[in-house]
Amino acid sequence: MSAKPRLTYFNGRGRMEPVRWLLAAAGVEFDEIFLETKEQYEKLNKDGVLLFQQVPLVEIDGLKMVQTRAILSYIAGKYNLYGKDLKERAWIDMYVEGIADLMQMILMFPFSPPEAKEKNLDSIKERATNRYFPVFEKVLKQHGQDFLVGNKFSWADVQLIEAILAVEEKIPAVLSGFPQLQAFKIRMSNMPTIKKFLQPGSPRKPPPDEHYVETVLKVFKK
Amino acid sequence: MAGKPKLHYTKGRGKMESIRWLLAAAGVEFEEEFIEKKEDLDKLLKGGVLMFQQVPMVEIDGMKMVQTRAILSYIAGKYNLYGKDLKERAWIDMYVEGTTDLMGMIMVIPLQAADAKEKQLALIIERATTRYFPVYEKALKDHGHDYLVGNKLSWADIQLLEAILMTEECKPDILSAFPLLQAFKGRISNIPTIKKFLQPGSQRKPPPDDKYIASVRKIF
Repeated sequence: MSAKPRLTYFNGRGRMEPVRWLLAAAGVEFDEIFLETKEQYEKLNKDGVLLFQQVPLVEIDGLKMVQTRAILSYIAGKYNLYGKDLKERAWIDMYVEGIADLMQMILMFPFSPPEAKEKNLDSIKERATNRYFPVFEKVLKQHGQDFLVGNKFSWADVQLIEAILAVEEKIPAVLSGFPQLQAFKIRMSNMPTIKKFLQPGSPRKPPPDEHYVETVLKVFKK
Repeated sequence: MAGKPKLHYTKGRGKMESIRWLLAAAGVEFEEEFIEKKEDLDKLLKGGVLMFQQVPMVEIDGMKMVQTRAILSYIAGKYNLYGKDLKERAWIDMYVEGTTDLMGMIMVIPLQAADAKEKQLALIIERATTRYFPVYEKALKDHGHDYLVGNKLSWADIQLLEAILMTEECKPDILSAFPLLQAFKGRISNIPTIKKFLQPGSQRKPPPDDKYIASVRKIF
C-alpha cells in the first residue's frame, strides 16, 4: 500500500507550486505540512530529512525527495507525463526549463524592494512577450495539435498553463498577441483534473502576500 | 548519419563546461564553435537557432538543444549514465542539482566586485563543507560502493568530480575532512575517458580570467 505523497513547504506558492500543479494534473492526491516557524525548520534539519537543508521536500514512494526539478522529473516519469522516448523528453525538458526561468522572475518578485518592483514587472512582461510566449505560440501553430509535445498531455503543458495564469495575474492582457496560447489556456483549464485544481478549496495556493513574504524571511533568518 | 555534437558557447567554462565534462566522460567526441564577439552571437540570434535567445546551444541528433539541464539529461540518458530506473534517476537528479547549486555559486565570483568576492568565497567554502560535501561523503560511506548511485558510473559521479575540482581551485585543501571524497576523486579521475579530459590539450576549459570576463561582457 502506497501512502499519499506528502509535501513540506510554506503555506504559499513559492517553489512548491509547480509540484502541486503536476500532482493535481496527474490526478494524485497529496498531503501537506506547512512551515510556519524557524523552530519547525530547524527540527527538520536536525532530524536529517532535508538532503541539502532546503525545502521543498516531497515524501513519495519511500523517498524524501528534495530539489524541485528532481521532484518534478520523478512525478512526470511516474505518471507518464514525460513523453514516449528520449527525444520527446528532451523537448519537454527544454520547454519546462524555459518556463522555469520565467517563473523564477515571478517567484523572486515579492522579495524585491519596493523601488525595484516596477522595473521587475516590466522585465517579466518583456520576457514573457518577447522571449517565452512566442516560442510556445509558434510550436502550437506549427503542429496544430492540442498539446506541446507528442500530441499527448505532458509536464510541459502543465507548466505552461501554470505560467500563463501566473503572468496574467500581474499583466492581465499579456496573451493579447497570442491566439494559440489563448486557446491552449482554455483547453488546459477544462481538463478535468486541472479544472478541479482551479476551483476554490483545492490545494492551489493564492498569489504571495505580505504575510507569506514575512513568514519565509522569518523562517530562514539566521 | 549522425555527425558529432556541436557546441555553441564562448571559449570558456560557464554553463557549457558540465556538458563538455559529460560528453568527454561518455567518450563522445564533439566540435565547438566559439562565440568570440557580439557579431557571432547576433548571427546565431538572427538565424533563429537559439530557442530562448540564449546559449549554451548544442546541435545533437538533429536537434538544436538549449537549456543546460535539458542538454545534460539528454546526454546522460543517451549514454546510459542516468541509472537503471526511475528511482535511480531520482537520486542522480537530486545529487546533480546539489552540485549544480554549488558550482553556480562559484561561477558568479568572477562577475562580482572585489568586496563581494571575498564574502562569496567564504559562503562557498561554508556551503561546500557543511551542506554539500557531507551529503556525498555520507552516500559513499553508507553503501561503500565506488559510485554514488546504483554501483555504476553515472552523471552524478561526473558532476561531483567537476564540482570537487572547481571547489579545490577556490581552496586547495577543501577535501581535508572528507576521506571518501578524496578516494572518489582519485578513482573517478583515473577513468580513461576522464583521465584524458583532465590532460592538457583536451577541450576542458581553464578557470575564467579577467580577459575572458571582459570579452563575455562585450558579447552580451
